[in-house]
Amino acid sequence: MPLITYREAINQALAEELERDPNVVLMGEEVGQFQGAYKVSEGLLARFGPKRVIDTPISEAGFVGLGVGAAMLGIRPVIELMFWSFYSVAFDQILNNAANVRYMSGGQVNVPIVIRGPANGGTNVGATHSHTPENVLANHPGVKVVCPATAYDAKGLLKSAIRDNDPVMFLENTILYNDKSEVPAGEYLIPLGLADVKRAGTDLTIVAHGRPVINALKAAQLLEAEHDVSVEVVDLRSIRPLDEDTVLGSVRKSHRVLVVEENKPFCGVGAQLAYLIQDRAFDDLDAPVKRLTALDAPAIYSMALEKEQLPNLQRIMEAVLKML
Amino acid sequence: MNPPTGPSPASHAPVNARLTSTERLDLYRQMVRIRRFEERSLRAYQQGKIGGFLHLYIGQEAVAVGCCSVMEKTDHVITAYRDHGHALAVGMSPNELMAEMYGKASGCSKGKGGSMHFFDPSRNFWGGHGIVGGQVPLGAGIAFALKYRGIAGACLTFMGDGAVNQGAVHETFNLAALWDLPVVFIIENNGYSMGTSQRRSSAGPGLAQRAEAYGMEWDLCNGHELYEVREKTDRMLQLARQKSRPTVLEIITYRYRGHSVADPDSTYRTKDEIENYRRTKDPLTLIHDTLVAEGVLTAELAKEIDTAARAEADRAAEFAEASPFPAVEDILKDIYWEEDNPAHKKSRGRIVFD
Repeated sequence: MPLITYREAINQALAEELERDPNVVLMGEEVGQFQGAYKVSEGLLARFGPKRVIDTPISEAGFVGLGVGAAMLGIRPVIELMFWSFYSVAFDQILNNAANVRYMSGGQVNVPIVIRGPANGGTNVGATHSHTPENVLANHPGVKVVCPATAYDAKGLLKSAIRDNDPVMFLENTILYNDKSEVPAGEYLIPLGLADVKRAGTDLTIVAHGRPVINALKAAQLLEAEHDVSVEVVDLRSIRPLDEDTVLGSVRKSHRVLVVEENKPFCGVGAQLAYLIQDRAFDDLDAPVKRLTALDAPAIYSMALEKEQLPNLQRIMEAVLKML
Repeated sequence: MNPPTGPSPASHAPVNARLTSTERLDLYRQMVRIRRFEERSLRAYQQGKIGGFLHLYIGQEAVAVGCCSVMEKTDHVITAYRDHGHALAVGMSPNELMAEMYGKASGCSKGKGGSMHFFDPSRNFWGGHGIVGGQVPLGAGIAFALKYRGIAGACLTFMGDGAVNQGAVHETFNLAALWDLPVVFIIENNGYSMGTSQRRSSAGPGLAQRAEAYGMEWDLCNGHELYEVREKTDRMLQLARQKSRPTVLEIITYRYRGHSVADPDSTYRTKDEIENYRRTKDPLTLIHDTLVAEGVLTAELAKEIDTAARAEADRAAEFAEASPFPAVEDILKDIYWEEDNPAHKKSRGRIVFD
């Protein structure tokens, strides 16, 4: 299978869906002529033209809301946020309008929109550009939330998201854009709500999503080599819907769980998982569920310290060893 | 705006001159139906049958009826929370609207939206939106979809005078002008954003005039003159449909009741002001007198129309009263399209949590 980057995988998913369905449009800041702030949409303007690949002004509330209205009338907009951090200026459009219109209309109107872009820390851009809002988004019934960790997952999940009739929030990661993985040449879809056991193990389960999955896999390798510890890594891939069965299945096997996320601890995805696990697999646990998150402060700028704020390889290894 | 001194010159505009007697009477009937519906809603609210907020349209009837009466089948409407008049003007039934306000399963949104969130996509009516100005980008999005799909329609995007100071409105003005979207932004200026007058809330010479900053054409309109509302809205719709040009139309109108019925209406305007408007510019009285002068309406017919409208509103309340509330299990329906269409479900996992 070809080895391609996470960036190329998203580009392919966009190109294939633009090709397949004439109602798919890509819209956002610098997606066209500039070829994408992170080159994710490179070449799409030339291939599909300005009707399908649309540069917007810096106006998130305007173009996200415009996408919601267009989706109500049958367009399938893929809206790129240059950073998910900018969702704050479009909050009303995303979480009042996209999320609620179906419900408030008694099911008469649906909003098949995808809002996508990177949501991560670790690039020394300070607190305003480092938000990871998957927990905030997933707190709103009406939206779906997806956080792929690999090129393979990003492609298959984005294609499913674009075909989904509900609003899907698709959270990428700038640090992963250059990561490569094997991706089939032909078309494939990955359903939302299906977790992936990225590594099998017996002593402890790490549940993660997004870039922490990659760090957890590295940690698992080192833990095996240096400490003879067998760690299973469950990649949620999708936050809402949530694959509870795969998580619980892994817990029942390993009896110890560490939830790793880049988000802040309070009311994070890990809090929901910890609740789920104690509620449904209490008797299978040999230790309390533990969480490893970003240190609970706004994202720090300092290069040396931001690494420490995030759940890095070292912090994951320490957290695992402490639990055994 | 001058007080009316005679028949509106707009009556000679082709869009009005071609109206048949039946059509004229029908416009009048619609306005009366809205007023009686609103009065009946107020009673139901006072009886504790309607919860939350109730933003009455009384005084503004000529705006919704005038604007919606010049729509074609390919035109669309979206508005804010003072949405009862528009819903009735596009043809939604009083029964489903009243039942919605009663929180009943037979309501247009199954009791899930309430007074501020009426929807009927089958009539191109896209809500009913609760956040001031929040619906305006959606209206431009509907216009975008029409243009993208090559449909020669337009979207009437209503907002109140309070909405013009919201960022989303300005962002949308810019996008609509930049992309030549077929949208008519209608500012229903009833003078007050809740209890704050235009003078205390909005800088600059006028609200619609802000369109100039975006290179959009704009106009002002007397909202108590049905014919004028029709003429000016029709002109803006033509620009949208034929040239894909967005415009801003500010319609000066007035509400007799408070912002919502929770507003005691005693802090920001005088009783004289309300009385003066009612005496000189009541849109129902004006169109009534115009139609009598035209020989279309008689006192007897007016009484008949009024009696029928009152009966219709009463029947709506009876229908709402008799309808069942939604079941507790209905709370968890209509959240996701996919969950409500299990035969087409592709996703796995849990999507609704406990």
